[in-house]
Amino acid sequence: MVLADIQPFAPWLVVLIATGLSCALAAALAFLLVVAERYLVNYGACTVDINDGGRTLEIPGGESLLNTLRNEGIFIPSACGGRGTCSYCKLKVLEGGGPLLPTEEPLLAPADVADNVRISCQIKVRNDLKIEIPEELFAIREFRGVVERIRDLTHDIKELRIRLIEPDAIDFAAGQYIQLRAPAYGDNPDAVYRAYSMSSSPDDHGYIETIIRLVPGGICTGWVFEHLAEGDEVLLNGPYGDFRLSDTNNDMVWIAGGSGMSPFWAMVRYMKAHGIERNTKYFFGAVSAKDMYFLDELAALEKELPWFEFIPALSAPADKDNWTGEVGLITEVVDRHTPADNPALEGYLCGSAGMIDASCKVLAAKGLGEDRIFYDKFN
Amino acid sequence: MIAETIAASPLDAPMLIRLLVILVSAALTDNILLTRFLGMCPFLSISRQIKSAFGMGLAVIFVTTCTVFINWLLYAYVLLPLEPYGVPAESLKLILFIVVVAAFVQLMEMLIERISLKLYYALGIFLPLITVNCAILGASLFMTTNVTGKGFGGLDCLVYGFGAGAGWFIAIMLMAGVRSRIREESVPEALRGPGITLIVAGIMAMAFVIFQGMIKL
Repeated sequence: MVLADIQPFAPWLVVLIATGLSCALAAALAFLLVVAERYLVNYGACTVDINDGGRTLEIPGGESLLNTLRNEGIFIPSACGGRGTCSYCKLKVLEGGGPLLPTEEPLLAPADVADNVRISCQIKVRNDLKIEIPEELFAIREFRGVVERIRDLTHDIKELRIRLIEPDAIDFAAGQYIQLRAPAYGDNPDAVYRAYSMSSSPDDHGYIETIIRLVPGGICTGWVFEHLAEGDEVLLNGPYGDFRLSDTNNDMVWIAGGSGMSPFWAMVRYMKAHGIERNTKYFFGAVSAKDMYFLDELAALEKELPWFEFIPALSAPADKDNWTGEVGLITEVVDRHTPADNPALEGYLCGSAGMIDASCKVLAAKGLGEDRIFYDKFN
Repeated sequence: MIAETIAASPLDAPMLIRLLVILVSAALTDNILLTRFLGMCPFLSISRQIKSAFGMGLAVIFVTTCTVFINWLLYAYVLLPLEPYGVPAESLKLILFIVVVAAFVQLMEMLIERISLKLYYALGIFLPLITVNCAILGASLFMTTNVTGKGFGGLDCLVYGFGAGAGWFIAIMLMAGVRSRIREESVPEALRGPGITLIVAGIMAMAFVIFQGMIKL
């Protein structure tokens, strides 16, 4: 073959050949991998026993333990996405994990190794496993429930009572929240999840109650107010959040507005049921009497519980309200009723961001350090 | 007689000697890690323990040998014949080689895991880590310049790939050995970890660069 005989192809043909070659090679290799995955990475059904019979998974093997658990709705924290560098996805593998891998060794302290702690993204499920997951991670689940009651608390606040069907019970701490799923409806093409604090008592395992205030233009609250009806099925997951009563015996001041009532309504009833007696002042702010709710219930509790004081306040009472209680912004009312420099005082706040920021300033002026103020901010 | 031949041009020597020369130059005098500083990331992170370094090194030898050969087939029988027609082999090889390396590594991981769990624990688990190791892609790219510039054939490329991998293996084993000693020494606070490791790598590189004049291909 003489070089001069060869005519270079037209540029468009060169581009076509180059692109075609790359694509053909990539496609062939991808096909090979898919076939290999189908026949090589197939370990049949495996059983994963979590927390000594707490839950048993029947799953197909072949994936990493981290991904397997996630597919089953058990979410282990992971920052690196399963690349074996962040070591967040540690958990105890008691049986069936195989030898400690060299990719795990640098990430585990000797005490961890002795304790059967493993990096779950590096372990492949290829046989039956026995593992242990911290309760607070294990507790987060997806729930199916049915709306048993929708009650109007004010003109723009509703209380939802949901009976849990699958699973049929939940364990949570007063103050924690769930995420409620609003399905696609109207102009909203996708389902969305929104967080709502639970207002029901944690002792009421079979039910979840939550208090929802209508957000103008809000997707989930709009759905709850306009579409959701009693008897409808809903999906939710949780419980989440570390807004909960501390383990101390300190005095407390609670500050809330609007649907921020939710966690405190759960807390006060939880404290009553379990005989927890911590001096508590609960400030609840609203604009006028039409925004107030649970007044009678809380007044009754106040009478019954010597340690509990409920201080509702209206910022702009209407003439017809005949309001005899506190008047003013919630921050002013808190300022008036909270003694300064109480070293055994903790602040708990739940409500809009503006209210919380303003209230934090008032509490800081009273000598509460950041470590003694806990809040759940609505964004 | 043979010595004179090698001195003239080592590649013109008889077959066995030619392959030996390619092997030694790829592994030592042209060490891909210490003279070109490719594959530094796993070199620094996996060299903490001799046992892991050994497994990682073996995995690199295995993958480099195989992928250099596969890529040689692709280069010599697909890309080079197309070049006279204006298809740019030099631009395409980077894209095609990286795809081949990535797919091969994944395939091997599955295969090894299925064939022998023991081998998988010793070697297989490192495979995902070297999918995008630049030393492996580098070996394939240097292979092409050897093919066009020095007339390497298939067997030459196989030996070259093995040599490049072996060079990486030698370097990481040496480093793991040094690091296991360093751990018992009192290193200044600021230099602990990556600092002293990079200094050691630099000194080792100097030692290897000295060999470079020994074999000129």
